[in-house]
Amino acid sequence: MLTAILTDIHANREAFDAVMKAVAASGAARIVLLGDLVGYGPDPGYIVERAAELAARGALMIRGNHDDAALTGPAGMSELARDAILWTSEQLAQDHRDFLRGLPLSAEDGALLFVHDSADQPGRWHYVHDVEAASRCLAASTARTVFCGHTHVPLIFYALRGNTPVRFAPLDGVAAPLPAARRHVVVVGSVGQPRDGNPAACFALFDDDAAEVTMVRVPYDVERTAARIEAAGLPPWLGMRLRIGR
Amino acid sequence: MRTQRLEAGAEIDGFRLVERLGKGGMASVWRTEHPDHTLPLVLKIPLLDPGEDVSVIIGYETEEMVLKRLSGPHVPRFIASGDLARTPYIAMEFVAGESVADRLAGAPLQHDAVAAIAAGIARALVSIHRQKVAHLDLKPENVILNPRGTVLIDFGLARHAELPDLLTEDMNVIKGSPAYMAPEQVLGIRSDPASDIFALGSILYQLATGEEPFGRPTTTAGMRRRLYHAPPPPRSLNGNVPRWLQAVIVKCMEVDRGRRYADAAEVLFDLTHPDQVPVAAPAKPKGGWLDRLAGLFARPDDRALIGRSAASRGAFGPTIVLAAVDLATGAEPLAAAVLAETARLVSSRPDSRLACLSVLKGEALGLPEVADEAGRSLFVERLVTLKHWARPLDLPEERISFHVIEATDPADAILAFCEHNEVGHIVVGARGSSALRRHLGSVSAKVVAEAPCSVSVVRVKNAAADNAGADRAPR
Repeated sequence: MLTAILTDIHANREAFDAVMKAVAASGAARIVLLGDLVGYGPDPGYIVERAAELAARGALMIRGNHDDAALTGPAGMSELARDAILWTSEQLAQDHRDFLRGLPLSAEDGALLFVHDSADQPGRWHYVHDVEAASRCLAASTARTVFCGHTHVPLIFYALRGNTPVRFAPLDGVAAPLPAARRHVVVVGSVGQPRDGNPAACFALFDDDAAEVTMVRVPYDVERTAARIEAAGLPPWLGMRLRIGR
Repeated sequence: MRTQRLEAGAEIDGFRLVERLGKGGMASVWRTEHPDHTLPLVLKIPLLDPGEDVSVIIGYETEEMVLKRLSGPHVPRFIASGDLARTPYIAMEFVAGESVADRLAGAPLQHDAVAAIAAGIARALVSIHRQKVAHLDLKPENVILNPRGTVLIDFGLARHAELPDLLTEDMNVIKGSPAYMAPEQVLGIRSDPASDIFALGSILYQLATGEEPFGRPTTTAGMRRRLYHAPPPPRSLNGNVPRWLQAVIVKCMEVDRGRRYADAAEVLFDLTHPDQVPVAAPAKPKGGWLDRLAGLFARPDDRALIGRSAASRGAFGPTIVLAAVDLATGAEPLAAAVLAETARLVSSRPDSRLACLSVLKGEALGLPEVADEAGRSLFVERLVTLKHWARPLDLPEERISFHVIEATDPADAILAFCEHNEVGHIVVGARGSSALRRHLGSVSAKVVAEAPCSVSVVRVKNAAADNAGADRAPR
């Protein structure tokens, strides 16, 4: 069965719509959203409504730090993120807030764990960006494979027993194996604000029968999103970074 | 994990064990039968014991990952793999035949036998490298001489360019066979297909001389010696080794990857065209005692010694370019246009090489009784014209070769040459349409339709107008 895993959508309507088209074409039977529906982007209400529709149809949803901050305030955030989250907070209606509040910080499904940040203290917003963080993530869980987001940079870590994990930057569109001898952390790239130098939206396609995961890249109309970020009065850098994927 | 005993008659997922073929440190290998498969099969079962070396698991999962993705006549066909939690195994095609290790018993071999074995290995390397896989443990035991071609086995240390290198976590141990391993592998680099070319050179060295080029060092320091000390030239051990074969072996075994063959297709080319291999004068031992003393104090950085990876150059263009030139009517605008296009292609990659091919139409040689003498002079005349044509390219002799081939169908000759020499790109001229050409079919059209690689078709822009009538051409 194919599962489409989307994370860090960040209120980017154009990226989300393009990705959902690709998801529909992929034949994925299940959808998982790993959080950060909102923050940075100009369409928080739209994204929350689409997510609620997907959830009603059985998609699995996780809460991210930006979803959290839109409800409780931007404590500990960078200045850019804070400006954006204050703006986001004003845009959200009560039912949007209620939906975000109801989302869990992690969800287990058999041998899989879905979490926004890391299995290491979900909600403390640790980044899995190196082998040490990946080790801590795996040590905190019994899942064979952990899927997370939060860093906006696609990576896969492979761990054999107590050994230091192997870090691997998966190639776009090339299925990476998840060998049975190992445990894995799959850090899914971002839909709405990629930071790996490739401005195309990213989502993961997980094939549990073949034990493979593919980072799928979907180009979208970045200029339109950037223009709408400016029109909304959000910091212009938030549009600039979409153009360069950083 | 496994509770089942491995013995003849035991069955694992429908595979019945017939006979044990061997047991290495990593796995036991069994002849196997399965009702769904008529192909002769083997089951490779990793020896996993509690508290065992993790390298057994890593070798198993690496081979499973890589072999599954390989196809073609030069690898055993992957059939299935077992569940790691129950009984891990890899089921694959059984490849019959002698291994090159068996042939080593008779080394030094005759040079034509060495070249034939080497060409088979080179062809197999072309195939797996094209599939983005470097073997990285090429040694005589892993090369099987099967009637369908040379088959490489044991991909437990292999590397797929697009997949994670699961061996990196175990890198405190140098991975490879000390007798054949490339110097960059000694330094822990596991991403370069050129490492296989070095190992091929080591195997050739042994086949041609009967001696291992580096012995079998057991220490890291012993393995690093190959970074600084070249083995004695093959001809110093066996005077019967032709100079061209020595040149091929030495170029395979260059420490600096910038001087090594960039591609297995180039090795294959030289092995099958010995007359085109430039033979350098043997290098004199370096300087006097003063130079040697200075050498002791120069401590070059190891990474600098091994040069840049050839793989990083592959993106810039083909390794072997074939220019098919029709020179039957002497110099003309089309030949000049083919030359210009060829120049653009070979300049995209400074380590590419050019094969210039001209076809002598068979019937041109006339009556059989005069064919010998007249044919020879036609042949030489064409070769001279071909060399003259290529002169403006100003390529050094190790980058260019010339081939005049007699054939009745030039397109077939071009296509056959490409296939035998793993050509990466063809440049061919197309004449304007004429009634005769439409009737007979054009060489370039057939080449485009059937070539196994990219083809540039060169046309002179006003050629069609010339054919249609000179009166319409602008004055």
